[in-house]
Amino acid sequence: MLWVDDYRPKTLDELHYHVHLSQRLKSLAASGDFPHMLFYGPSGAGKKTRIAATLNELFGSGVEKLKIDQRVFLTPSRKKLDVNVVQSNYHIELTPSEVGNYDRVVIQEILKEIAQTQQVDVSARHRFKVVIINEADSLSRDAQAALRRTMEKYMTNLRIILCVNSTSRLIAPIKSRCLLIRVAAPSQGDMLTVLNHVAKRAGAGSLPEDVADEIITDANGNMRKAILVFEAMKMQSPDLSSSPPIAKPDWETYCYKVADMIIQEQTPQRVMEVRAKLYELLSHCIPATIVLKTIADRVVQKVDESLKADIMHWAAIYENRMRLGNKKIYHLEAWVVKVMSLYKQFFLGIELGDFDDLI
Amino acid sequence: MAANFFQARAPTKKKQAKDKESVPSPSLQPWVEKYRPETIDDVSSQGHIVSVLQKTLTSTNLPHMLFYGPPGSGKTSTILALSRQLFGPDNFRARVLELNASDERGISIVREKIKNFARQTPRAEAIASDGKKYPCPPYKIIILDEADSMTQDAQGALRRIMENYARITRFCLVCNYVTRIIEPLASRCSKFRFKPLDSSSARDRLEHIAAAEQVPVNRAVISALISTSSGDLRRAITYLQSAARLSSATEPPTPILPGDIQEIAGVVPDAVVRKFAQTLGVDVSLIASGDGDVEMDDVTSSTTTTALRGFDLIRETVRSLVREGYSASRILIQLHDIIVEHPTLTGRQKSGCALIMAEADKALCDGADEELWILEVALRVHKAVTS
Ligand SMILES: Nc1ncnc2c1ncn2[C@@H]1O[C@H](COP(=O)(O)OP(=O)(O)OP(=O)(O)O)[C@@H](O)[C@H]1O
Ligand SMILES: [Mg+2]
Repeated sequence: MLWVDDYRPKTLDELHYHVHLSQRLKSLAASGDFPHMLFYGPSGAGKKTRIAATLNELFGSGVEKLKIDQRVFLTPSRKKLDVNVVQSNYHIELTPSEVGNYDRVVIQEILKEIAQTQQVDVSARHRFKVVIINEADSLSRDAQAALRRTMEKYMTNLRIILCVNSTSRLIAPIKSRCLLIRVAAPSQGDMLTVLNHVAKRAGAGSLPEDVADEIITDANGNMRKAILVFEAMKMQSPDLSSSPPIAKPDWETYCYKVADMIIQEQTPQRVMEVRAKLYELLSHCIPATIVLKTIADRVVQKVDESLKADIMHWAAIYENRMRLGNKKIYHLEAWVVKVMSLYKQFFLGIELGDFDDLI
Repeated sequence: MAANFFQARAPTKKKQAKDKESVPSPSLQPWVEKYRPETIDDVSSQGHIVSVLQKTLTSTNLPHMLFYGPPGSGKTSTILALSRQLFGPDNFRARVLELNASDERGISIVREKIKNFARQTPRAEAIASDGKKYPCPPYKIIILDEADSMTQDAQGALRRIMENYARITRFCLVCNYVTRIIEPLASRCSKFRFKPLDSSSARDRLEHIAAAEQVPVNRAVISALISTSSGDLRRAITYLQSAARLSSATEPPTPILPGDIQEIAGVVPDAVVRKFAQTLGVDVSLIASGDGDVEMDDVTSSTTTTALRGFDLIRETVRSLVREGYSASRILIQLHDIIVEHPTLTGRQKSGCALIMAEADKALCDGADEELWILEVALRVHKAVTS
């Protein structure tokens, strides 16, 4: 097992950072009327760990006895949907966005089912079951609308915990029915505490300060990433004293390479080469948004100040189009062309005026 | 649930007992339900609508109706209260059918369930067991709540039903977006527009609830509730209950502060937004700061930004906002407020900002990446206010 999983805190008391928040969750779990909740915050900030710890607080360690099931749902048009659910006697966890636009069916079925079954375990501390919905920000409008009344009507048998990166895409009526819980990324100091703790638990000896600093800066608030990188470095060089370079994931190194290619040469030939690399990245299931952001970040580090804002502007525009469109690669490529043209014109010193006219 | 409405007999004892069970005990009930208006007179801030509906209580006439307006303005509450006052508890189930977005409402349901209910002759009036007298007019009411989520086809299928059984069945469509109701349906209804609650009505209602629940709140807290919920009373009530839960969770209870309400509502602390605006070149020294008691630690957490300038400074500021997990749409709203009301920015500068805000709002609704768009807003606002 990976360290991230092995040394994941199980209870609210074991959580290292946001102690004030843990305290609040603890008191909420103790009171009889636990509200619906919406956990939001950046990835790797520890939302899921916190949710699991809250469940533990609510029901005891019984929630750790998990069963993984594949459930089949039928759409009105008789199409079969397979959805993975993780459940214990007290809760059920699902990611309805797996089934795209049919998520409403899954939500409707699961919630009605839970709402109508009583808690079988008579010794359970609470009458309700908890439904955890991951990636709730990807729920379709229909699925969100279907949640609306259910959340009020079945309050006795059911509590909902939504887990999202961003609240922007949730409809207002859903937000107004939940207690919003913001989980900020850990601070640098918080991350250091956690890394040291993991080092100790893993028997990895002490973690040199400069190595820790490097890991923390690189992770940018993503605790999961920091622990993964730490473990990878430890594998590479067990004593850590020689301070090996941060073990970047392959895709990240690859993205940097693409960025460098864009800056080295701006020709149609180069566009083709870059495209091949982008395909490669996408075919390894690296999300297109991550690819774009990583390349853009690297590019702006290397160009003149006056170009930076424009490059990010087009990144924002093309990322948005990518979501609305069908073919991610088109938009990635268009952005690359755009950046090359901006860069080249800057060097040729040609003032063409408004580039917006080009596209 | 819906099947109950089609039973030809009055509800049996057993049935009632079961229904009781599904109602949570009052202490566990969300306050929005507990304080849902009982009668149409309890509905605040919709004076005109209430007085029109009052008349329908004395005459036996009721048109088809279309209620529209923003969330939490009392639409569902009003039609439920009106129905209750018309029929009383004993006839309610037989005479009123309510369907929401969480019920299957495709075209087949319209053709079967809704049509079946619509064409039944209203059952004879049951004697009111509570000793009160109800008008109990000779028709049934079908409430289609959240009707804007019905498909065009399903709405189309309603047309004939509405016409054919108008004598014995009245429809009330309830929605947020009146434009999503097809014209032939809308034109068959009297339309009622619900306005967002004005702040004095909202204040009265919130103070009433706080008093009934014995939650000590001061004026500033109520003001925070009102300003964070922008006319949506449901949201204000939910925030109030959450705050009360958190405050009573400690021993002794901690008093509720405006800052708590802001945190619950997901509002970005004033100080954070001001600092962000300042980084973008907006002079915030002239703007009165909001609530003084907002926690400041968020602001100081990003110490690394001091050495940076220009693009890198803005980039890092955005990064730290994203790390804190603030929602992009909230940041946008609050930045917008600062800019629009700014005393010294020129009209031209403000217009430039307005353009980018609109673009960003649309992009975020389309699900665009939050970090990229906060950065985009930041860079372009910076350009607009410094040029
Ligand atoms: N005008 C009002 N007077 C008194 N209470 C109100 C009013 N509007 C809303 N409320 C409170 O807010 C809660 C929700 O109101 P209601 O369900 O009627 O909103 P709605 O207009 O139907 O919203 P939505 O469009 O989201 O369905 C009610 O239970 C009540 O507590
Ligand atoms: Mg409603």
